[in-house]
Amino acid sequence: MSSAAWLRASSVVFVAAMLQVVIVSSLVVAGGAPDLLLVVVVALGLLRGSIPGATLGFAGGLVVDIVTLGTLGVTSLILTLAGFWAGRYAETSGRDRRLAPLVAVGTITILAAAFGYFLYFLLDEEVVAQHALVTALAPAFVLNLVLALPVYSLARRIIGEGDRVEIAPEVEVLAG
Amino acid sequence: MSRQRSARSAALGLTVRRIPTASSRGSGPLRRRLVIGVLVLTSLVLISLSFRADGGGPLSGAQSAAASGLRPFAVGFERVAQPFRDVYGWADSLLTARSEAEELRAEVRELRQRAIQSEFALQENVSLRSLLAYVDGPRFPTDFDPVVAEVIGRPGTAFTQAITIAVGTKNGVRANDPVVTADGLVGVVTRATSGTARVQLLTDEEAAASAVDLRTSATGIVRHARGTRETLVLDRVRKQDVVRPGNEIVTAGWRSGALSSLYPKGIPIGRVTSVGQTDTDLYQQIQVDPYVDFGALDAVIVLVPTERS
Repeated sequence: MSSAAWLRASSVVFVAAMLQVVIVSSLVVAGGAPDLLLVVVVALGLLRGSIPGATLGFAGGLVVDIVTLGTLGVTSLILTLAGFWAGRYAETSGRDRRLAPLVAVGTITILAAAFGYFLYFLLDEEVVAQHALVTALAPAFVLNLVLALPVYSLARRIIGEGDRVEIAPEVEVLAG
Repeated sequence: MSRQRSARSAALGLTVRRIPTASSRGSGPLRRRLVIGVLVLTSLVLISLSFRADGGGPLSGAQSAAASGLRPFAVGFERVAQPFRDVYGWADSLLTARSEAEELRAEVRELRQRAIQSEFALQENVSLRSLLAYVDGPRFPTDFDPVVAEVIGRPGTAFTQAITIAVGTKNGVRANDPVVTADGLVGVVTRATSGTARVQLLTDEEAAASAVDLRTSATGIVRHARGTRETLVLDRVRKQDVVRPGNEIVTAGWRSGALSSLYPKGIPIGRVTSVGQTDTDLYQQIQVDPYVDFGALDAVIVLVPTERS
């Protein structure tokens, strides 16, 4: 990824992180709110691959943890893995699929919620499973899916698509 | 290359070579594993240090400095976002406007009668207090200086119920200061930097406030109701105590020796919506609908004790 692309992607992640903290998380619909930052990180992972996805996820999570004065590293860890997984999905099989953003965002929303619950459980912070994994997750899942395609299109327009990073391994016969 | 294919190639005596891809040239598996390893490790180290520091230490100082640095951005985004949030709030309120208006009219009638009774009680109370030279703990709002603060950050996930506000230690705000709105109790400051502070909402799993029924004086602890986002319960109310739907719940503000409640007495919390009890439970099950709309907090008031300022 070029320096200009890194700069653009970092700016997009920073704006998404601030928007998430300042406004998006308060747009509660039916008990849940969309996670714009997660969707952006997944879109960047799909577009640019696993390393940019993980790095930008880490940076975005760090911004959220700093602004909310929360436990440093928690959101970073969740979004690092989210960006990495989205990148690997694109690198291996998902890049050419039209519904890849929907599949990735849907799957990662559920995995991130489950992993977040597990992480907070390890940190001995009280979180109600029913609320985190059902009441809030169900609407968040739908709202993230609604955001997935527009955010993916916008991110592709701003940052562009990376080189074809890795396709299924191929071999050529050298001697018969 | 699949196992089957390589086995077949070996059996046929062919020499095969993996075609170099962009991945193996630019970001190979080793580099990928290295980057993800470093990032995960860094996150875990940050979590460990942040968790152990618990509001102190160099990492906390760095976080506070970074939060102060990001504060102008958060305030700027908040200003830009405010009109959009207002539109969302306006559209949302339209859905419930009619039923809410009916409820409010009934409430106004009831409150008008109670205001007259309260005025008599207040005059009587003042004269009796002066006769007895009555000594009391800090009261709301007379013993506190209000510090009005803009909300610049909201919970990013469903796992935390906390907000970030645009005032900090330089405004006199400290940890454990109660936070209210004109409607009632919001929560308590859990951490303060020079320019920002984190407020744990009453809907957080770990938040609780000692409370009392204003009409019957039944005492209990208000905390978050499990499985819901914005409903509270009044817990630890004995079965013999009387609590009825519609009763108002306010903070109790107890004091026991050197210890005292974080919240002064008399801050409105909410209204009782249902009361139930079973033979097996020791206490009544009381649901409280909070006065504060925790999902639409734009500004709050931090109560700074007058003696400190």
